[in-house]
Amino acid sequence: MGTTSAIARLRGTKRRVLPGFGLSLGFTLTYLGFIVLIPLAVLFAQAAGAGGARFLSELTNPRTLAAFRVSFETAFLAAAVNVVFGLLIAWVLVRYPFPGRRFVDALIDLPFGLPTAVAGISLTTLYSSTGWIGAPLASLHIHVAFTRLGILVALVFVGLPFVVRTVEPVLRDFDRELEDAAALLGASRAHILARVILPPLVPALLTGFTLAFARAIGEYGSVIFIAGNMPGLTEILPLLIIIKLEQFDYAGATVIAALMLIASFLLLLAINLLQGWMRRRRGG
Amino acid sequence: MADALALANPPAGAIPVPPRVRLPLSEPALVRGLLLAIALAFLGLFLVLPLIVVFAEAFSQGVRVYFAALTEPEALAAIRLTVLIAAICVPLNTAFGLAAAWAITKFEFPGKSLLLTLIDLPFSVSPVVAGLVYVLLFGLQGLFGTWLVEHGIKIIFAVPGIALATLFVTLPFVARELIPLMDSQGTTQEEAAIVLGANGWQTFLRVTLPNIKWGLLYGVLLCNGRAIGEFGAVAVVSGHIIGLTDTMPLHIEILYNDYAFAASFAVASLLTLMALVTLAMKTILEWRLGRAAATHVH
Repeated sequence: MGTTSAIARLRGTKRRVLPGFGLSLGFTLTYLGFIVLIPLAVLFAQAAGAGGARFLSELTNPRTLAAFRVSFETAFLAAAVNVVFGLLIAWVLVRYPFPGRRFVDALIDLPFGLPTAVAGISLTTLYSSTGWIGAPLASLHIHVAFTRLGILVALVFVGLPFVVRTVEPVLRDFDRELEDAAALLGASRAHILARVILPPLVPALLTGFTLAFARAIGEYGSVIFIAGNMPGLTEILPLLIIIKLEQFDYAGATVIAALMLIASFLLLLAINLLQGWMRRRRGG
Repeated sequence: MADALALANPPAGAIPVPPRVRLPLSEPALVRGLLLAIALAFLGLFLVLPLIVVFAEAFSQGVRVYFAALTEPEALAAIRLTVLIAAICVPLNTAFGLAAAWAITKFEFPGKSLLLTLIDLPFSVSPVVAGLVYVLLFGLQGLFGTWLVEHGIKIIFAVPGIALATLFVTLPFVARELIPLMDSQGTTQEEAAIVLGANGWQTFLRVTLPNIKWGLLYGVLLCNGRAIGEFGAVAVVSGHIIGLTDTMPLHIEILYNDYAFAASFAVASLLTLMALVTLAMKTILEWRLGRAAATHVH
């Protein structure tokens, strides 16, 4: 009793109760500053120092523009594929009991854990014209490896867990009495799926989409093996940065990196807003 | 009135059982089967087959080639460097994760949500850009390039650069695991310990640490997995000096580009095993955490 009231009194001055605020926050900010913030700030300073003319010349360079298009379009498509199949997989995992479900559920996180270079060489071998999947597809005149389709396959691989893992908990928490009510009121199953179950999933689907999209834009390791890396056709932005560095075109690399970072920041902002929206919907 | 009640509550068997109406509470069995088949086929195609290919290719030239690929000096040097990088990065980022989680979950201060976003930042930065920032700082043409050359210090195309780039990309893992966990646990137990006379370190070691040990272990595992497997960031700063700045993922790339596929997949199989072990640990830990949470609630 005495302890409880002592704690209650101390709660009022929360900041003073527990020790280590200065030490932990100081260490956090210093470390974050040296490893992440200062280096990123230097990159922006260098990009700004390169000048507007350099930005303009980079942005009008056909090779750079093509890489922008390849990276953003393929990442967008891959995220869209992930939304469709991620939703389906989350639905099956939550709603349909089947033997081995826990094993399948654990497997979903594989792209998070598998090093990207391993995913890259493995997918390339699988989808090359002599591979297990590539050979039958090649006989249908569909070529995956060393085309933009190959980039898409790699990006779908790395992005899949983002959608499944954002949708799954929302689906699990879904109040099934709403479905019962809709069914009792005479709604068909298709109607219930479209009008009762899907709407609350929209924030989660959008969040998953944005997470997968953001990851796909910056992805390097799993893509470069399967992409073929033809300038203007299957060359992605991160690879172009590396090529410019190898050619000692530091300004060009910095300008592209700065533009990619701005895109990352905008997506991060979108993700934060979407997650706020998700929390409000789940709370309310 | 009494009649109405009697009607609403008839004795069992007094009125005929109404015909059973099937409410559309699930999809027809055929649709369920079809959806399940599509989902599993997709997962088989995208997740299981790539796993099988790694091991099939690794052993395609026989067991002797497999072990020869893992024991040749360059492979051993790559494994040693990778372990060294993980040994540098994981403890540092674990310390960071603990400090950040302590500051964020135990105290109120302005700018907290900004700090949370900044901690997440490395997740949304392309690994290649993460490597590039250190080249701009410490490379030959970099901000400190001339100074470093004058003092004979090598960071880019050397181990310190690889460590820095790996620190950058693995920075959020431990913090991201601990912050939600410690946030859900609140500050009551720590406050009680302090009021009862424990000092800060005692409180942390005896009260906080036992509560977060499984989440901490999982964060460390994730951080370790990424530190060992990082490719893009390391590729930019390493310079691919075989035997010196060649980590396991870079070694895989070199072997693959030399058409030494079996050897390349042999090294890849080690990383795949690591990923599978991490995945298995995660599943076990989730089970334990789930139980811990369940026993905690009562």
